[in-house]
Amino acid sequence: MKFDIPATTNPIDQLKVVGQPVDRIEGPLKTTGTAPYAYEHNVGPDTAYGYVVGAAIAKGRIASIDQSAAKAAPGVLGIVTAENAGKLEKGNFNTVKLLGGPNVDHYHQAIAVVVAGTFEQARAAAQLLRVNYERSPGRFDLAAEKDTAIKPKPGFGGPSDSSVGDFAGAFAAAPVQFEATYTTPDQSHAMMEPHASIAKWEGDKLTVWTSNQMIAWGVGDLSKTLGIPKENVRLISPYIGGGFGGKLFLRADALLAALAAREVRRPVKVALQRPLIMNNTTHRPATIQRIRLGATTDGKLTAIAHESWSGDQPGGQPETAVSQTRLLYAGEHRMTAMRLAVLDLPEGNAMRAPGEAPGMMALEIAIDEMAEKLGLDPVEFRIRNDTQVAPDNPAKPAASDPQSKALPEKHPSHPPFSQRQFVECLRLGAERFGWNQRDPKPAQAREGSWLRGIGVASAFRNNILMKSAARVRLDHRGTVTIETDMTDIGTGSYTIIAQTAAEMMGVPLKNVVVKLGDSQFPVSCGSGGQFGGNNSTSGVYAACAKLREAVAQKLGFDAQTAVFANGTVTANGRSVPLAQAADPSELVAEDGIEYGDLDKKYQQSTFGAHFVEVAVNAVTGETRVRRMLAVCAAGRILNPKTARSQVIGAMTMGVGAALMEDLVVDKRLGFFVNHDLAGYEVPVHADIPHQDVIFIDETDPISSPMKAKGVGELGICGVAAALANAVYNATGIRVRDYPITLDKLIDRLPPVA
Amino acid sequence: MKPFTFERARTPTEAASAAARHPGAKFIAGGTNLLDLMKLEIETPMHLIDVNGLGLDKIEATPDGGLRIGALVRNTDLAADARVRQDYAVLSRALLAGASGQLRNMATTAGNLLQRTRCPYFYDTNMPCNKRAPGSGCSAIGGFSRQHAVIGVSDACIATHPSDMAVALRVLDAVVETIRPDGSGRSIPIAELHRLPGDQPHIDTVLRAGEIITAVTLPKPVGGSQLYYKVRDRASFAFALVAVAAIIQQDGTGRVALGGVAHKPWRVEAAEAEMPKGAQAVVARLLAGAKPTEENAFKLKLVERVLTAMLADVRGGRV
Amino acid sequence: MDESEDLEMDRGEFELTRRDFVIATTAAVAIAMLPRAYGALPSPDTLSPTLMKVAFKVNGQPRELELDTRTTLLDALREHLKLTGTKKGCDHGQCGACTVLVNGRRMNSCLTLAAMQQGADITTIEGLGTPEHLHPLQAAFVKCDGFQCGYCTSGQICSAVAMMREIEAGIPSHATAVLTSRPELNEAEIRERMSGNICRCGAYSNIHEAIHEVAGRQV
Repeated sequence: MKFDIPATTNPIDQLKVVGQPVDRIEGPLKTTGTAPYAYEHNVGPDTAYGYVVGAAIAKGRIASIDQSAAKAAPGVLGIVTAENAGKLEKGNFNTVKLLGGPNVDHYHQAIAVVVAGTFEQARAAAQLLRVNYERSPGRFDLAAEKDTAIKPKPGFGGPSDSSVGDFAGAFAAAPVQFEATYTTPDQSHAMMEPHASIAKWEGDKLTVWTSNQMIAWGVGDLSKTLGIPKENVRLISPYIGGGFGGKLFLRADALLAALAAREVRRPVKVALQRPLIMNNTTHRPATIQRIRLGATTDGKLTAIAHESWSGDQPGGQPETAVSQTRLLYAGEHRMTAMRLAVLDLPEGNAMRAPGEAPGMMALEIAIDEMAEKLGLDPVEFRIRNDTQVAPDNPAKPAASDPQSKALPEKHPSHPPFSQRQFVECLRLGAERFGWNQRDPKPAQAREGSWLRGIGVASAFRNNILMKSAARVRLDHRGTVTIETDMTDIGTGSYTIIAQTAAEMMGVPLKNVVVKLGDSQFPVSCGSGGQFGGNNSTSGVYAACAKLREAVAQKLGFDAQTAVFANGTVTANGRSVPLAQAADPSELVAEDGIEYGDLDKKYQQSTFGAHFVEVAVNAVTGETRVRRMLAVCAAGRILNPKTARSQVIGAMTMGVGAALMEDLVVDKRLGFFVNHDLAGYEVPVHADIPHQDVIFIDETDPISSPMKAKGVGELGICGVAAALANAVYNATGIRVRDYPITLDKLIDRLPPVA
Repeated sequence: MKPFTFERARTPTEAASAAARHPGAKFIAGGTNLLDLMKLEIETPMHLIDVNGLGLDKIEATPDGGLRIGALVRNTDLAADARVRQDYAVLSRALLAGASGQLRNMATTAGNLLQRTRCPYFYDTNMPCNKRAPGSGCSAIGGFSRQHAVIGVSDACIATHPSDMAVALRVLDAVVETIRPDGSGRSIPIAELHRLPGDQPHIDTVLRAGEIITAVTLPKPVGGSQLYYKVRDRASFAFALVAVAAIIQQDGTGRVALGGVAHKPWRVEAAEAEMPKGAQAVVARLLAGAKPTEENAFKLKLVERVLTAMLADVRGGRV
Repeated sequence: MDESEDLEMDRGEFELTRRDFVIATTAAVAIAMLPRAYGALPSPDTLSPTLMKVAFKVNGQPRELELDTRTTLLDALREHLKLTGTKKGCDHGQCGACTVLVNGRRMNSCLTLAAMQQGADITTIEGLGTPEHLHPLQAAFVKCDGFQCGYCTSGQICSAVAMMREIEAGIPSHATAVLTSRPELNEAEIRERMSGNICRCGAYSNIHEAIHEVAGRQV
């Protein structure tokens, strides 16, 4: 189904099932421990265990590996290193090869997998490999490498630079100017389920049970890496214990399980041990961000500049931290720029809301600072600079795009937003949160030894369209079964897909079976970039629309006028049970959603506002969150219960980003030092208060037939800045380097009485 | 984890003599730190002696009005004991500020005392660490040292002792009782149990091969306001940046011990004489000679601020 | 938090490697270095695993296993008894995903050896309820959406069951305002006591509601 004109009324608009806060359909499995995750599939009693060895140096080469002791160890079945792995390509989505050797590209890059009959034997034998390294100097310090950073080629976040009007002139002429530099640290996804895979070969066919957000990407990169046809690779990933972008790509667990299983001729299971994960896999790269704002005295932004520096391995990508600044606020003269330095730290890549999450951490403090400079309320300042058209034009295709010559006349340089209820979010949030209780003068509210403050920040995240397909089956019992390689990483995919199918086919939710995460199913959008919900359900919509036609034809109805409801199909006074269409043989339909250029004619984004109350201990500088509210305008909310969970989860990760998360770089040795869950602190129960979420009533017919957009990443964008602004309101101390830990406050706290 | 043989001991003497018989043996009780380190091969015992069956899990009154805490009393049970809550509140508070509910159910009194540092370089066997591999160097010096010690450090090691419980025991003047393989016992004041790193940071305590802790005794209650404040980044389930254990009497005298600042629970009795003069005077002596790194110098100020607030709270009748 | 003592270490083998380590950032330095150079080196006579019989009850069923002494309770459950509801999140006691009840108390099953649980009575998530017959807390988690990816969920639920019993037994926590009085089952207590169970999806607010709902009815 091609979606190239805005949606009109369709069966989803009935909202009998879609839009309802139904419980997760896989909930009884997850709460009883019966949902199988990657390492838990029983693929045979001869399954062996692989244990990964990570490089002990950050950069250099392996001079030699003495395997004799490891090979002789009890239970050892085989060892795979670059020496005997055969020729391996690098996956399209991998910046750095997953199996190092002889060259070592980063600390804890996998250099071997040791396979044994038991986990205990494999782990012990892995310690017996004797590796001789030759260490080379590396570049590990972003601040030191900043001046060597270059203009990166256009990527997911658009071109590296944008410019509208004359920023320099307008900034110089602005009556009120503001400039500051902010830093965000490297962060780790730290999902609870370690990357894990079980690989099994049958002849030249490979099956991998794994934990992967993007099944088709995984198949593609595993087949490319191994040099075998895609058709010979099957990935199965029905349950995923969290990803947040860390499982978007083929990673070492899957590749090494496949190589190991080939080597020992048995199925092999591999889970990355927790202390290896943070340096072995990807992370959100640190940024240095410089923001300059110029405004009139009545608070109209006239000049906006946002520059960001980040680092990555050679061939890597920038953290696209300026993305939101191209779209969020009005302002006639503007520029953005991203620069990329080469670093020899582990590979940087996407983590929940890549670009916007760290970008908003900086921008939304800057906006707060400028509001204060102008003497304006920060909510009001944001409202004054609203825009209903894209002030920049990031959607402009790259020069290399073959369609680029045809596009300019068709697509406005300042496309309107498909929906932008940004001001509504701010106003409603301010009202519900009690924003008027805030004293604009900082450090005024004290309760005992706690300094109270509240803060606000905007939320912004683009809506991404991806094609997505599904297959739908109807059987003679009236059961509707959906098959798609879509994944559920905790987002609620199972449930909203079931709701979509139930709505489309007019059956109760219990009559829908959803099968996900298998590469034998039609290719979906996968889970990432908050695009999973809208696109995967749109693909299911398309497949169900096709099935409705097949049903109508089978039962002798006109597909356009037939009503599918309550398990029956009705038209012209005649009703037939839906199940009858699948008697005696099941009906199967397959289709997907593909998009035209509505995302070029319109800017599609999601909006929100975050409000946070904190208490800062006046003695110690410890910051604790008291209240949180997010107001989101993100198209139709397909399931308010699971969508709300996405948002509170993102808010929680935002608290981590604000207060504690920091992969600390040892700039001498070139690695993330605090590489486990004790050293890399993420929020625990005690850090998180009750959280409120309000969804603005919105449908976006320009986005998809579901009229939905994404919300799971919108929820993190701006949270940390709202918190930083609340800390400022509480203490009068402006911290521009995340995380906001007490050592950055303590010198400026009031004296202890 | 290296293979090991395993036995369950029934009496303390049996455990101690088993340890003497098996070179490279270790006692295991809660296991929460030893197994953690064995998985990384930072600890590589060839023989484990399970001491959970020794019956050392009672808390009993002593003739002089104190308490004798069995070495195997779990952290949860010690914190929950009515006598401890009533008379040694600083100990309850310290225990409850540590680890998680699950870990406190497993961890024992003796094991808590003997836990090793959480220095991330100690935990990463690819990195030089004098505590793990004597003579290899200290990666934390000049590296990531925000959590590390500010006083009692050496050129060889700036690790901290991670226990909260031990800080409270220090301020309570606890005594550690042990049994040696020959059946003889000794009493070690808590102040003397843990060592400073010096040039042998791999040696954490004064215990000798095969010596096993059987109990910790507390002298009779000293009253006062018993306070424990643990400063940390996240609100729970985190190691201390700084912890302050204090017992403050109505007359303004008192005791104070610190966690998170040294290789052992840190207390300087002479500094306590300054208590009536205020926190600044106490801390000036308590942390005299401190050698913080650029990253952890904030701990000095933090200690002083926390102690100042504690004294003010006691003066103001708020605690 | 072990009963170990640290004086028996004889680590002369490090003599071989310490001189080779150079912290170098500016110049290429060739070093010879063993991957575990700074851990203990093996002695070949200690490499054979020791097998040991252990018997305990799991979810009411007597189970007897012959295991490598190195096997944790967690791996015994997951890999030997195929009770994979108990999750391995970190294997180092840092996340709580492996929480089970041992003789009624919650523990991190990754940090205890199976051999140490001889005779124990162990309850895992599978022992609390089934998809068809959910335990009240499991049902409350579904209703309140107290999970997302589901990986920490077994540990959260086992932990919560035991946590409510701990409050009932009068065991204090860091959040207990007055040590000498009985703790209440309030918001601050629940949040503090559940802090050993990390949920990276960030379902805390909903988990709290699920616990509160059950606690309100029956503890």
